[in-house]
Amino acid sequence: MNAYWSLFIARFALLLQYRTAALAGVATQFFWGFVKVMVLEAFFTHTTSAQPITFRETVAYIWLGQAFLFAVVPWGGDKDIQELIRSGAVGYDLLRPTDLYNFWLTRALALRTAPIILRAVPLLCITAFVFPLVGIGQWSLTFSPSFAAFIAFVISFIGAILLSSALTMLFTVSMMWTISGDGVNNFLPPLIIVFSGMIVPLPLFPEWLKPLLNALPFSGLVDKPFRLFTGNLPFNSLPSVLLHQAFWILVFIILGRLLVNRGVKKLVIQGG
Amino acid sequence: MNTFYLYGRYVSISFKSQLQYKASFLLQLVGHLLITVIDFFGIWALFARFNSIGTWQLPEVALFYGVINISFATADALGRGFDSMWRMTKNGDFDRLLLRPRSTVLQLLGTEFTLKRIGRFVQGFVVMVWSLTTLHVKLNLQTIWLLGASFIGSVALFLGIVIIQATLTFWTIESLEIMNVLTYGGVETAQYPLGIYSKWFQQFFTFIIPLGCVSYFPLVAVLGKDISVPLWFCYLSPMAGIVFLIIALKLWKVGEKYYCSTGS
Repeated sequence: MNAYWSLFIARFALLLQYRTAALAGVATQFFWGFVKVMVLEAFFTHTTSAQPITFRETVAYIWLGQAFLFAVVPWGGDKDIQELIRSGAVGYDLLRPTDLYNFWLTRALALRTAPIILRAVPLLCITAFVFPLVGIGQWSLTFSPSFAAFIAFVISFIGAILLSSALTMLFTVSMMWTISGDGVNNFLPPLIIVFSGMIVPLPLFPEWLKPLLNALPFSGLVDKPFRLFTGNLPFNSLPSVLLHQAFWILVFIILGRLLVNRGVKKLVIQGG
Repeated sequence: MNTFYLYGRYVSISFKSQLQYKASFLLQLVGHLLITVIDFFGIWALFARFNSIGTWQLPEVALFYGVINISFATADALGRGFDSMWRMTKNGDFDRLLLRPRSTVLQLLGTEFTLKRIGRFVQGFVVMVWSLTTLHVKLNLQTIWLLGASFIGSVALFLGIVIIQATLTFWTIESLEIMNVLTYGGVETAQYPLGIYSKWFQQFFTFIIPLGCVSYFPLVAVLGKDISVPLWFCYLSPMAGIVFLIIALKLWKVGEKYYCSTGS
């Protein structure tokens, strides 16, 4: 366990070095958030019927999404590991006295948690505290309606990070089979982005699509934790959310382990 | 004439090299198509829920969406070479371009004509045609002028932005991700009519980055919508994109003079 902890800390510290890139990222996320908020505001102001999510809840949902974009959305595999597999340097990782899957999963966890410090904290602070001061309070991030809702969010968010890391591992491992890494890494991220609720909050999708969207693993990444935060999803639905996440985390870990084991068996170390 | 011939040669070489890895190329193309289709699926879902955005219906918004996407796909395919400019200034490869007896702009434009952008182009085109047929827009001289001017103006504007982004790397020697706000962010913004946004946002995208001039005004005229702008202005406003491109090229010349090789 100690080895994994040290690895996590080392990776985390390394990823925190990319500060300028993160700063540019935060600015980009602000812009995207503004566009989304304004578009949805226009939709909401002209509607007469009641919607399954209020405008204030939607705004919070959007800002949380922009803040945690790189934490909860598995954009692809761990580029460094994929490069190791491509170049054949993966042989070093095979020699380590640690379990290969756990070793890489730890790296994936660091990859998904580092952006929280670099990107989420500044973005959340500004949207929550500065926006009301500069007179755009209607676009600010409103805090959870109750302490219980906030706690539910924190717990389910940890689940989301685990789920996202387990998915990241699938991307990483796919490299053992394709070498170029084009296939899965090209097709899956766009689907994940829309089915997680990152493009349009899931409550705003047509009713007939919702059973499917809720059952798919991706709603556990973005939609469910964020709705727990805003109170759109009541506190007592937390157990079912966690069960849903746990189920998919288990599925992805088993699948990932299977792929790693099979992959190592057929792995050819490229070059010498 | 010689310049055009040379550019044609560049493009044909670029096509050949991209088609070397056919499977990979096809996967990227389909992947690109999928991203844009999903993008439009999101817009469709919002309209399914809210019916309209202000006075705008889905087929009308689809026209903005379609035209801006085919324009951006074209500009992105043309200007790919400028995207890798920061790498060329960093490792000194730009020196080689300066040694050749042709303008650097031509050489960079010729670096790559990205075929996988066809995915976005096709999807945007389908959405645009769907919009025009659903709304029964008559294709006469006026609408063809407006659509064509909007397309050319938008391509020029996006190329201008990419060139300015590349010009800045003469000073920073770093890639400037933040400028993506103007390219990808510009597309995201112009997928909806500019009128739905806040005043300051509209002003920014009209007077500083003339995105509204190349997309919003001419297309509003195509749709026959009433906004507080004289009609003749809608016919001429896409010129702003070309003016923007000319300014960008002037800045490029200034940057090039300043360029000092990193020597590596």
